[in-house]
Amino acid sequence: MNPIICMTNIVKKFGSFTALDNVDLTVGEGEIVVVIGPSGSGKSTLIRCINQLEVHESGTIEVDGHMVKRGAGLAAVRAEVGMVFQSFNLFPHMTALQNVALAPVRVRGLSWDESNARAAKLLARVGLESHASKYPNQLSGGQQQRVGIARALAMEPKILLFDEPTSALDPEMVGEVLDVMLKLAQTGVTMVIVTHEMGFARKVADRVVFMDGGRVVEQGPPKELFDAPRDPRLRAFLNAILSH
Amino acid sequence: MSIFDTFLNWDVFVRVLPLLLSGLWVTFTLGILAIILGLAGGLLLALLRLYSPTPVRQITIAFIDVFRAIPILVLLVVVYYALPFMGLRLSPFAAAASSLSFVSAAYSAEIFRAGIQAVAKGQFEAARALSLSPFRTMTDVILPQAIRVVIPPITSNAINVMKDTALASVVAMPDLLKQATQAQALTANPTPLIGAAVIYLIILLPLVRLVALLEKRMSAGNR
Repeated sequence: MNPIICMTNIVKKFGSFTALDNVDLTVGEGEIVVVIGPSGSGKSTLIRCINQLEVHESGTIEVDGHMVKRGAGLAAVRAEVGMVFQSFNLFPHMTALQNVALAPVRVRGLSWDESNARAAKLLARVGLESHASKYPNQLSGGQQQRVGIARALAMEPKILLFDEPTSALDPEMVGEVLDVMLKLAQTGVTMVIVTHEMGFARKVADRVVFMDGGRVVEQGPPKELFDAPRDPRLRAFLNAILSH
Repeated sequence: MSIFDTFLNWDVFVRVLPLLLSGLWVTFTLGILAIILGLAGGLLLALLRLYSPTPVRQITIAFIDVFRAIPILVLLVVVYYALPFMGLRLSPFAAAASSLSFVSAAYSAEIFRAGIQAVAKGQFEAARALSLSPFRTMTDVILPQAIRVVIPPITSNAINVMKDTALASVVAMPDLLKQATQAQALTANPTPLIGAAVIYLIILLPLVRLVALLEKRMSAGNR
């Protein structure tokens, strides 16, 4: 598996708080990596460094052979990396279709007709063909997040980042979003997913990465990590999550 | 003489009406021009204040502060009576238009800035993650949301500009107020002044109501 993301010695601080403490992470092309860990462990910060929504202090990040750093090359990297947010972050003044169609027009130079047609197909793919002309506030949380996924897909990214995509959803809507992600995982796109959905992680992940205190503590195939956790912190974390 | 002969003299009013209307036209032209220039300038200042490198940002802040602090009447008198000594002689209209525009731009800048800062951080992040350019992020994502929020205060500011046009009469610009005072001198009767006041009210009262309505609609909080 060719590596498509290479993060080496990443350090990120917020004031005096060290969010990422010399983290290394390599993700292979087409790999599904699920990042788990207690809140404040740095997992969101880690994936937000990949597309530079957070700027790391030191260390290097390579995405698809390109160095990730501030400057001219960053737009090209971001165009290859789609992101799905915990709070959806849909554009409230645009319809679902416009949300999906916008970036390909502005960044890839597609015509509106072409982009709208593709956006309609993407909305159909996430089961929202009949909601294309609705505004975000007319959609449920689960529907909004599926629009968010379609919007990220519209740029035809090589890598998809999911930052706790189901954490802001009512429980009955989590399934519809995970279903869409499950289908995506079978398409061969590279996915890095921060989530608390352990069942989902076990089902789709090629590798699970456990973070604590700004470090990668343990990683491996889900079966190994969930069934035979070695690190006591991982054991404590899994106990806390699975025992209620 | 009855109060009608003195303050509400119909004959006098009809006689001076053409004069008042020509003044109204000047007031309108000046007001609309200053509002448009103020909006454009205000948006530019707001963006400079938020996103330009430090030296430019500080100059922008100083500019905004000065024009928010100075009384418009003082600015107008300085521009019209003092600048000629530096070789810059402006017509009454140009002096009034530039003074009003600068002050309006300074106030609008603060309103736009508040509007842009009120847009959720996640909107900027989503735009960045999609690789939209800073320009497109502003025009497609941020400003449409920011402008929606600031429509009531911006309209309120436009009303102030319209009202402040009356100050231009001190530099002999033939606006509504100036024409009314001249008509008063001509007819030796205050009816033209009352007429002018009524015309100001007819134009501005609906706008004041509009702002109240807009504010109510915003606070009703659709989104």
